[in-house]
Formats: sequence, C-alpha cells, structure tokens
Amino acid sequence: MEFKKYFQSTFFFLFLFLILSLIIPKFSIFENLIELPNDYKLPIASYISSITKWLIEDASFGIFSFKELTRALGSVFDAPSIFLKGLLATGFKYETTAGNSVLIQPLPWISVIFIFVMIGVWLKDISLSIFASISFLYVAFFDLWESTMITFASIIIAVIIGIILGMFLGILSFKSIKIDKILTPIFDFMQTMPVFAYLVPALMLFGYGPAAALIVTLIYAMPPMARVTKNALEQVNTEVVELGQMVGCSTIQMFYKVLLPSIKPRMMLGVNQVIMLTLNMVIIASMIGAGGLGYDVWQSLKQLRIGQGFEAGIAITLVAIVLDRFSQKIATRKILYTHGERTIFQKYKLVIVTLIVIIFTWLIGQKFSFLITLPENYTFSSGRFWDRIIDYININYHGNISLVRDFFFIYLLKPFKLFMLSAPWFLFVFLVFLIGFKIQGIYLGLKCSCFVLFIAMTGFWEKAMITVYLIGICVLLANIIGIPIGIIASQNERVHNITKVVIDTFQTLPAFVYLIPVIMIFSVGDFSAMIAVVLYAIVPAIRYTDNGIRQVPQSYIDAATTAGCTKFQILRRVQLPLSFPDIMLGVNQTLMMGLSMLVITALVGTRDLGQETLIALSKVDPGRGITAGICVAFIAITVDRLISAWSYKRKFELGLA
Amino acid sequence: MKNKLISFIVAILFINFSLVSIVRADGHVPESKDTIKIVIMGYSGDNIIMQIYGELISKLGYNIEYTPADYIGQFAGMKSGDLHIGSPGWDTTAKDVMADAWGSETVLNMGNIGISVFEDWWYPLYVKDKCPGLPNWEALLDAKCAESLGTVETSPKGRFLEGPIEWGGTGNLRIEALALPFEVINAGSDAALGADIVAAVKRKEPILAWTWQPYWLPAMYPGEFVEWPEYGDGCYDDASWGPNPNKTHDCGNPTGFMWKSAWAGGESIWPKAYDVWRKFTLDEKTMGDLVYKSDIDGVDTMDVAKDWIASNEKVWSEWLK
Repeated sequence: MEFKKYFQSTFFFLFLFLILSLIIPKFSIFENLIELPNDYKLPIASYISSITKWLIEDASFGIFSFKELTRALGSVFDAPSIFLKGLLATGFKYETTAGNSVLIQPLPWISVIFIFVMIGVWLKDISLSIFASISFLYVAFFDLWESTMITFASIIIAVIIGIILGMFLGILSFKSIKIDKILTPIFDFMQTMPVFAYLVPALMLFGYGPAAALIVTLIYAMPPMARVTKNALEQVNTEVVELGQMVGCSTIQMFYKVLLPSIKPRMMLGVNQVIMLTLNMVIIASMIGAGGLGYDVWQSLKQLRIGQGFEAGIAITLVAIVLDRFSQKIATRKILYTHGERTIFQKYKLVIVTLIVIIFTWLIGQKFSFLITLPENYTFSSGRFWDRIIDYININYHGNISLVRDFFFIYLLKPFKLFMLSAPWFLFVFLVFLIGFKIQGIYLGLKCSCFVLFIAMTGFWEKAMITVYLIGICVLLANIIGIPIGIIASQNERVHNITKVVIDTFQTLPAFVYLIPVIMIFSVGDFSAMIAVVLYAIVPAIRYTDNGIRQVPQSYIDAATTAGCTKFQILRRVQLPLSFPDIMLGVNQTLMMGLSMLVITALVGTRDLGQETLIALSKVDPGRGITAGICVAFIAITVDRLISAWSYKRKFELGLA
Repeated sequence: MKNKLISFIVAILFINFSLVSIVRADGHVPESKDTIKIVIMGYSGDNIIMQIYGELISKLGYNIEYTPADYIGQFAGMKSGDLHIGSPGWDTTAKDVMADAWGSETVLNMGNIGISVFEDWWYPLYVKDKCPGLPNWEALLDAKCAESLGTVETSPKGRFLEGPIEWGGTGNLRIEALALPFEVINAGSDAALGADIVAAVKRKEPILAWTWQPYWLPAMYPGEFVEWPEYGDGCYDDASWGPNPNKTHDCGNPTGFMWKSAWAGGESIWPKAYDVWRKFTLDEKTMGDLVYKSDIDGVDTMDVAKDWIASNEKVWSEWLK
C-alpha cells in the first residue's frame, strides 16, 4: 500500500526520468536515441516556406491579390503615423505650382511640452505636468528631440490600436468559450514567437517601413491587453452583474455602466503592458525602417558608445513612463459634475488656451529654428561618463566578477545544459505525458506530449533543449527573486512606488543598453544572456504578484482583522490564496517574457531557437524561421497548459474555484 | 473679434510660408519628385558612403530620405521596392544574400565601390607575449598559448570568438583542418562581438577574435591579423589543396569587395540618380580617412560626408555629369 502511494507520486516519475536519462546515453547503442532518427523527421520548414511563398506571390481574391490587400491595409495604418511624424518631427513639405518646395516646420518643442503641461492641468495633477516637462526637456537638451518625436508618433498609434483591439478580443473570449479556445493559443503564438521568425513575411506583405513595424509591434504587444481584459471580466463579482440585471440594464448598458467601471483598475494593467511592450519593440522596429530612438540606441551600441546608447535608452523609458502615467490618470480621473450654465469658453477654456498657444508658438517656430531643434552648443551629453564607469568596473573588479560567473557556469549552467542535451527525446515525450496525466488526465497528457513530439519531428531538438535549459533557469530565478519582491511591494507603499519605477525602467529600457555593459564585464556567453533575460522576465513576477494582492477586496482583510489575524496571517491565509490566480498569471507571463527574450539572447550568441530564427532571417528562409518560432511557442504552450491545469487543480483543492 | 483673429493667423501663415520656401539653384530637373529611400545601417563607414551619395543627388533636386534598416533585411526591402538604394554589401558576409537578391531580377547589382574588405582572426599585440611566433598561425598550435586564450567555457582549449553564426564564418572548419586546440564561441551580433573584444583589450586579457577592415576596432586598438596559408582557388572545396591533404578550409579567408545594390524598378523613375550611383566609387585610403574622422575623432557621419563633398568637387562633378 505504502509502495503504491509512492509509485503514484509525480516525484517518483521525475526521479525515474532523471535516472533513465542519465543511464541511457551511456550505452553506445542508444546514442542516436537522443534525437529522433532522420527518417521520421518531417520537412515542416519547407512546407511552411511554400505556403508563405504562395501567400506572398500567388494568393488572390480574384480582383486583387493577398499582397495588395495587406499593402492597402498597411497604408491605412501608416497614414495617421505619417501625419503625426510630420507634425511632430519632420514637418510638411509641399510642392508649389512654380516647382518650389515649401517646408512647414514641425511643432516646436515648447508647444509639445505645453500640451502635456495642459493635459496635466486638466487632470488636476500638477506633478504629472512637471514630470512630463522634465522628461521632454531632458530629451530636447540631450539632442534627442527629433528621434523621440518620430518614436512617439509611431508608437502612439500602435498603443491605441493595441488597447482597442486587445479589449475587443478580450471581451469576445470572455463571452464565448469557443472563441477563447481558439484565441488563447493564437495569443501564445503571438507573444512567444521570436520576432525574427515572421519578420521576412511581414516585410514582404506590409512593406519596409512603419506599417510592418506597427504590425510586428501589435503582434507582440496586444495579447496581454486581451488576456487581462478577459481575466478581469471573469473576476467581476456576480453580485455586481446581478445588480445590473435587477435594475434592468441592456447588454450595452451592462457593459459600459456596470462591467467596464468595475474592471477598470485591473484593465489598467493591460494598458500598462501594451505601452511597455510597444516601447520594447522600438529597437526591432528601427531595424525595419521605423527609425527614431531605437535606431539611435542600436547605432550607438554598434560603435560601443555606451553613454549615447544609455541616453537614448533613457529617453525611450521616459516616453513609456509619461504615456503610462497619463493613461492611468485619464482612466481613473473623477468626473466632477458642476451645476449651472457654462459658456462654451468656460467649458473649453483649457482647450482654447492650449490651441492658441500652440498656433502662436508654431508660427514663431517657423522663423526661429532654435525652437525646432536646439542649436548644438545648447545641448549636452554625458559623453564618455558611462563608458568610464563601465571601464572602471571592468578593469578593477573583473577578477571577482568572473569568479561569480565561473561558479554559476560550472555548478549550474553547464551541468543542466549537458543533462538537457543528453536526455533522449522519447523520455521527454513520456515525462510530459505523465505529468499531464497526473495533473488532469489522459487528454492533457496526450495534448502536451504531442507538442513535444512535434518539436522532435522538426529537427530542432538540440536547439529546443538549449532553449529549455536557458529559459528554464531564467524563469526559475526570475520567480524566486520576483515573487517575494512583489509580496513586499504589496505590503509597503514606499517599496511599491520604488519597484514600480524600477520595473518600468527594466521593461522599457532596451535590453541592449544594459546587455552590452554586461557583455563587457561577463563576456559573451550564456551567463550574460541569463542576466538580461532574468532582468526582463522578473518584471511580470513582481507586477502581477503586487497587483494581485492589492486587488484582494478590503472587506476580506477587514474580516480577517476582526477575527484577530496578525498581518502575516492575513498575508498567508487571505491575501496570498486569494491572489493565487493573479500570481500564476504572473508566472505564466514570466515564461512568455523569458521566451520573447530569445531574440535578444540570439544577439548575444546563445545557440538556441532564437539563433535559428536569426539564421533563417539572414538566409531569407521564412519556413525555417517560422518552424523554429513554432517550436518556441510549443514549449511555451506546453509549460503554460501544465501550469494552469495545476493551478486550477490547486484552486479547486483550496475551495477557490 | 473672432474674424480678426482668424485673418491675423492666416496673414501670419502666409508670410511665414512664403519666406521659408526653398528654391533649388541647380540646373538639373529631377525626372520624378518621388522620394528616393536610401538605406543607412548605423555603421560609420557605410553611413558616410550613403550620406555622400544622398547629399549629392539632393543637389540634383531629388527628394531623398535616409531609412534605417538592417544589413540583411534591406535586401528584402529592395526586392519589394520599399527601399531603393541599398547600403554596401560585403562579399565576406552577405555573398549568399546578395546573389539571391541579384538573381531575383528585382534588385540590381550596381557595381563595386572600389574598396576591398578583409576579415579574419585578430588579436591585440600583447597576445604575442603568450604566443611567441605570431602572426604566423602555427604559434596557435601551442597548447600553452591556446590555454592562455581560453575561458571557463572552453578550457583547456583556447577560445576563438567568432561573429554571429549567420555571417557564415568557417572557424570550425579551419580549426578542424589545421588541428588547432581552439573552440569557436559565437557572438550574436556585431555589438556583442565589439563589446567583448574591447573589454578584454582594456583589461589586457588575451583574446583571439573575428574582426574586419575597414572597421573602427582594429584602427583604434593596436593588433594584428593572424597570417594563414594564403587563400587560393580550391582551398574551400578541394581537400587536397593546402597543408592538410584531407581537409578543406586549411587557409585564410578570401578577401572581397563592397558592392552597391539598388531596387530595379527605380531605374526608370530616377535614371540620373541611378547613373550617379553606378559611377560612385571611393578608394581605400579615402575611406580609411573618413572612417577615422568619424570613429576616432567622433565627428558626426553626416558632417564627415558634407566636408568630403565640400573639398572634393572635382571627384563628384564627374559622377553628376
């Protein structure tokens, strides 16, 4: 009896797996069991190549081809951002009938700053005005104005479309389980496929420039909005809905007057994510013709001008934080109803004043060029300050630092990597099946093991294993460090505010800005990649934990306090269990973020699936890239399905579901 | 009151815009006012080339735009006509991609810029203390030399830091062919490669890495390229060639050139601009000086390009004819 119980536990199987995978490769007859034999591999990459080729070259709806359709869509998407770019950065150029060209200068920096100050005034939050002014002055005086405005013009459109589309899809998948079943894996694919995998088809279909950049950005940045919307709707108290039904709301009223207000705080997390992820894409977007700050960062780092790269990176972060804080404030503002008649001027006082000032400064700007771009002797740069700091650390502390790196490498990275590379594929398929079976049943087990089998059949097994090894370690570390920080932040307002700024910075500061110094100190290799991935993937672990605990209704905490719970008991017995779904969503997002960093790890030089997409890009082989991308997505989906099934089971056991 | 305000604004607008109009002084009338999109990638040398060209054709009245793009990605852009004038492609790193693009008939080979490029294994001078006998490659056969170049990942072998794998380096094959006690570690990008090399040089740590010329790194830090058995026809495909009769790749890297590309469809839209691009050449000495000015003296690439245009009218006036 005892033995049977023992036999049933998952740990037993894990143990068995470990032993088997250590022993089997030792026998030379099993040597070619590590990977699937070539005869059983499917030429999936070449199938996908032919499909994309057909899509780009031959697919047609009769009157127009598929490519013409996407191109037309692209130019529709382009139009608003081109207009904004002209208004903010490059100005407008017109040809007169006489053949002369006339240049209308863009809005001067003073007007742009003024607009943000006035929005702050309108929101009755002067500190926001001050923050925005300082940010934009930084940008102007560090000679980054034009780049910043180009970036601003292109991302604002992406953010708006991302939020609306995400909300819409989130509502759809809340309304219908069928749609949800279809959308969830699509979102997983969108978030985890490395960008390089679908860059070539995107460029061909949407053209080289802002439109392709926008599409690629949306693919990556929109899913969190949809997920958060759906998650928020699911957590609406049934009493609220019942109240709505009792007072006789129509479907639309129910949504706008009842559901939307009650999910707003949770939804703002989605908005925040869309903004952060959009800005995260600016470097990749700059590689396909979007220009702006991303290009500045990339160019500086290519020439190892770390200081300049850092300045431009900070500008990206500032744009993100300004956008985020303003959007949060707009969403949570309290509308004051005033009585009595007001004239149009009283009502729109701020708008009118702002418009007058803008037109006035714009006109002056046409004549005085220092209002458009500050002359060089007024701008400054930290110059080689940052480079000197990195040099100092590099020269003086490299010895000690490399000891840490070597320790990690010898005792953690290397053994784990060797283990992953020597374990035979069928054991993995079997293990995944067993875990799935133990958690939920035969269906989940079969589904997940099929995903693993697919990876084995593509022929990317080795690279997939390196991916699992690298991202596995990173996600583990990110959660071990991140969740406790999130818990502390949820308990302490000051820690909360500090971590918020720090994690916003890490999420928006292009990874390259800190990756290049990391490489200088730790040199090229898996360890440097690990630091970059952990720094980035830790963000959702902290954010979702913090947010989840804060969303626990006050009434529960009051009840616990009345029952005589200590603060720790409240945390352990009330807040943590109730925020469990949010924390698990955070764990899931850590994995997604970690996998999305494969693009960056590829640029450091790890031999994972990210590198495969990069090779495919340089060989203009869309099939190879997309197949590698699908492998990444399948890794993500497998782990995600197992985690969420387990978390559902746990919830059920805890009586929460 | 309102009407007065509006007429005031209109008046100012009118005055303003009539004052800022730009009149082209040059005699050439461009065939089309459509914007020519010129690729820039962020490397100083390539930027200078593209900016010299861009400034020259804007003298002819063309509307131009510098579009930032990726080295490899630009060819997809030129194929579809989204990008028009490509940044130079190097034989040593983009041979396949260029051959593919030129073969598709949507991208034109606009000729050779006239600058030969060279890429191979490079080390800073102080490595010679550990590996006496350098620059001759046989010095690398010594186990002690190799170990001093190693890291925890490669120990006891030495580390050879190669460029991104997609550049198609042949380090592994050469190591095998010449039985070198080294292991290849790939940096994932030029930025990562440069960061690793410069950091090692700054702390005087031995390093052996992939570098190329013209590039700021070998210009900025004293070092040498390893001297291999010279590349000859057959080294890469005929095993019997070279010191090892059983393996290919027992030689140094072949040298190559920088090539100009352009979108084929633009030929009929801006014939003159395409003509200028075909005629565009620079010699190595000039290129070296220009890159030095930008990378070492820290002058903005656009200013370097404009200075060159200002002082070399004789050279470029030939191209514009």
